[in-house]
Amino acid sequence: MIKYIVRRLLGAIPVLFGLSIILFAFIHLLPGDPAATILGQHARPELVDAMRHRLGLDLPLWQQYLNYVGDLLHGDLGRSFVNNRSVVDDFFVRFPGTVELTLAALAFAVGLGIPMGRWAARKPQSFSDGFITVVSLVGVSIPIFVLGLSLQYVFAVQLHILPASGRIDPRLQVPYTTNFLLIDTLLAGRPDAFVDSLRHLVLPAIALGSIPLAIITRITRASVLDVTHEDYVRTARAKGLTEKRVDGRHIMRNAWLPVVTVIGLQVGGLLAGAVITETVFAWNGVGKWVVEAIEAHDYFVIQSSILIFALIFLLVNLVVDIGYAFLNPRIRYS
Amino acid sequence: MTGSILPVDDDVATRSAGRPLLEVRDLRTYFHVMDGVVRAVDGISFSIMAGETLGIVGESGCGKSVTSLSIMRLLDMPPAEIPSGEILFEGRDLLTMPDEEMRKVRGNDIAMIFQEPMTSLNPVFTVGDQIAEAVILHQGLSKKAAWDKAIESLKAVGINNPERRVKQYPHELSGGMRQRVMIAMALSCDPKLLIADEPTTALDVTIQAQILELIRTVQDRTGAALMLITHDLGVVAETVKDVVVMYAGRIVEEGSVEEVLLAPKHPYTEGLLGSIPSRGKRGERLNVIRGTVPNPFNMPPGCNFAPRCPYAFEPCTQADPRIGDANPPDVACWLYTATATSPTPPRVRPRLDLVEALG
Ligand SMILES: Nc1ncnc2c1ncn2[C@@H]1O[C@H](COP(=O)(O)OP(=O)(O)OP(=O)(O)O)[C@@H](O)[C@H]1O
Ligand SMILES: [Mg+2]
Repeated sequence: MIKYIVRRLLGAIPVLFGLSIILFAFIHLLPGDPAATILGQHARPELVDAMRHRLGLDLPLWQQYLNYVGDLLHGDLGRSFVNNRSVVDDFFVRFPGTVELTLAALAFAVGLGIPMGRWAARKPQSFSDGFITVVSLVGVSIPIFVLGLSLQYVFAVQLHILPASGRIDPRLQVPYTTNFLLIDTLLAGRPDAFVDSLRHLVLPAIALGSIPLAIITRITRASVLDVTHEDYVRTARAKGLTEKRVDGRHIMRNAWLPVVTVIGLQVGGLLAGAVITETVFAWNGVGKWVVEAIEAHDYFVIQSSILIFALIFLLVNLVVDIGYAFLNPRIRYS
Repeated sequence: MTGSILPVDDDVATRSAGRPLLEVRDLRTYFHVMDGVVRAVDGISFSIMAGETLGIVGESGCGKSVTSLSIMRLLDMPPAEIPSGEILFEGRDLLTMPDEEMRKVRGNDIAMIFQEPMTSLNPVFTVGDQIAEAVILHQGLSKKAAWDKAIESLKAVGINNPERRVKQYPHELSGGMRQRVMIAMALSCDPKLLIADEPTTALDVTIQAQILELIRTVQDRTGAALMLITHDLGVVAETVKDVVVMYAGRIVEEGSVEEVLLAPKHPYTEGLLGSIPSRGKRGERLNVIRGTVPNPFNMPPGCNFAPRCPYAFEPCTQADPRIGDANPPDVACWLYTATATSPTPPRVRPRLDLVEALG
């Protein structure tokens, strides 16, 4: 097992390396000049040149790249052109917001998708199955920003039952320790603020979670239906087990396997979707930060934050695979 | 009938003395499918006494598995439907029994071994887990005691090193080993009836013999009744005492193994005997019955077997022979009716190698 983990981690190195090249090339293809952006449209050309020199942007591209990678290998992910703050420091200020949002969306998708999929599988071709199928088709076909704006309009603007944007009401003044607001509010002993941050989480989590919800529902349904007709399920019944036990144990333990794989694959989509969701809901996370950095041509922020994101994505996938191996004895030792 | 012959004694042993353990009466199992109704089992009756052995033989698709699944009530309804029949087990009709009670019969009183050892065990649980599960359920043993029982039953089916095997997953075992596990699982609750649905079909020839031998010995040792389903009359010869021959959802001939194998009456039985490979050459068909099983949506008029039967004559295409109609009553064939003028009576072709197997 340890060997396997080490192998997977080593395997991540070329992936990250390749990604860094692609990112670097892509960023330098973006139109615009960070020095000009920082100094404003009407800055004198000499000043802009001086700024370019200070930022190291006057060097040949390959040299810029080598400098960047050299710094990376020393653990230095660079500083923002805009405010000169360390990218790593800022990343970990923003990241908890994204984690909170992503986990809430995932909890929504898994918590609702699995029971819905099981329910649909109980009576295939029935009305409830058809209804769930239609709902999940609609779920995958609505873009996040459309759903997000609609949710805001209905629940915040019209009905006033949930906040439209942000992570918490700023008037509540909760001290930030972990930057996970659900934790910080509890640490501060402020249940009112906890509830408030939870309420802020609802709409963005639904917007972000709707696509994975639809996919998890479909895959759960298909997987349960598949397993239901397996010979070993008949064996379990032939032993005289209760339906509850046949369903909960013999069917679900097997039906979980593809569902877990798909949940793992959804994490990538969730992180991508978080960028859009954070922008729509003015949610202070990595996604919103990256969008701002792209607008500002803030090269190091873009590069390094996406690289850290990618690393986290790889780690999450590793965790999912380990979870899968744990559930599936057939691959546990290979 | 008068009230005086109704059982007054509640003691099951007394009441069921002389009564079959399992008695199937006029069982019909139909499947409602897109194209119509498949009469997979169409009015069959047979019985098994406690501790006795019965073979059910017939070509693929004749309704053998559907019969056993009907007894266990393991068919999905719909599409399956059991429009008529009784399945009396120790005098109680399984078909009308409440689900909860039927559940207690399954695995405990009647256990089943399936055809596919590779897929009949759950891949995500250990062998021990799967055996212990039934024991805990039916016998109320503790986890620890059930685990010990699992080890013991693995030992009883001839698995070496059961303490290690019990912790293994199905994928770590060979097909023959898995079938042994299935047998161990089936026997773990000391069932009164063991139904084995083609337990050796999916296995290598050499393993087949071992598994049959094992079924025979455990049956003998535990005293459970055995209902052995197979399409191979050779298997029947070596394992059971009585035989029922099925064709297209009906029983066409029944009797003791000696009667059926040495003096087959029904042309279909004769054909089946002709298609058994000789000893040591199993797996290689010699003489397959010509034609195919009739289309379930377009059954021939008269006898279902007539289109394939070398002896068919006029009455066969006109009326449908049912077992009990003919004389002798243990065959469903017009060749044996007193009134019919049989063109050529079926030649009895005893198989010397099978005679040998019968001892
Ligand atoms: N779920 C089902 N739906 C529709 N038809 C079915 C179903 N199960 C079985 N049948 C039909 O019932 C008939 C009998 O099938 P059964 O499985 O009992 O055959 P069998 O004698 O066990 O054959 P084999 O030797 O191949 O196992 C077949 O014609 C089959 O097509
Ligand atoms: Mg079968």
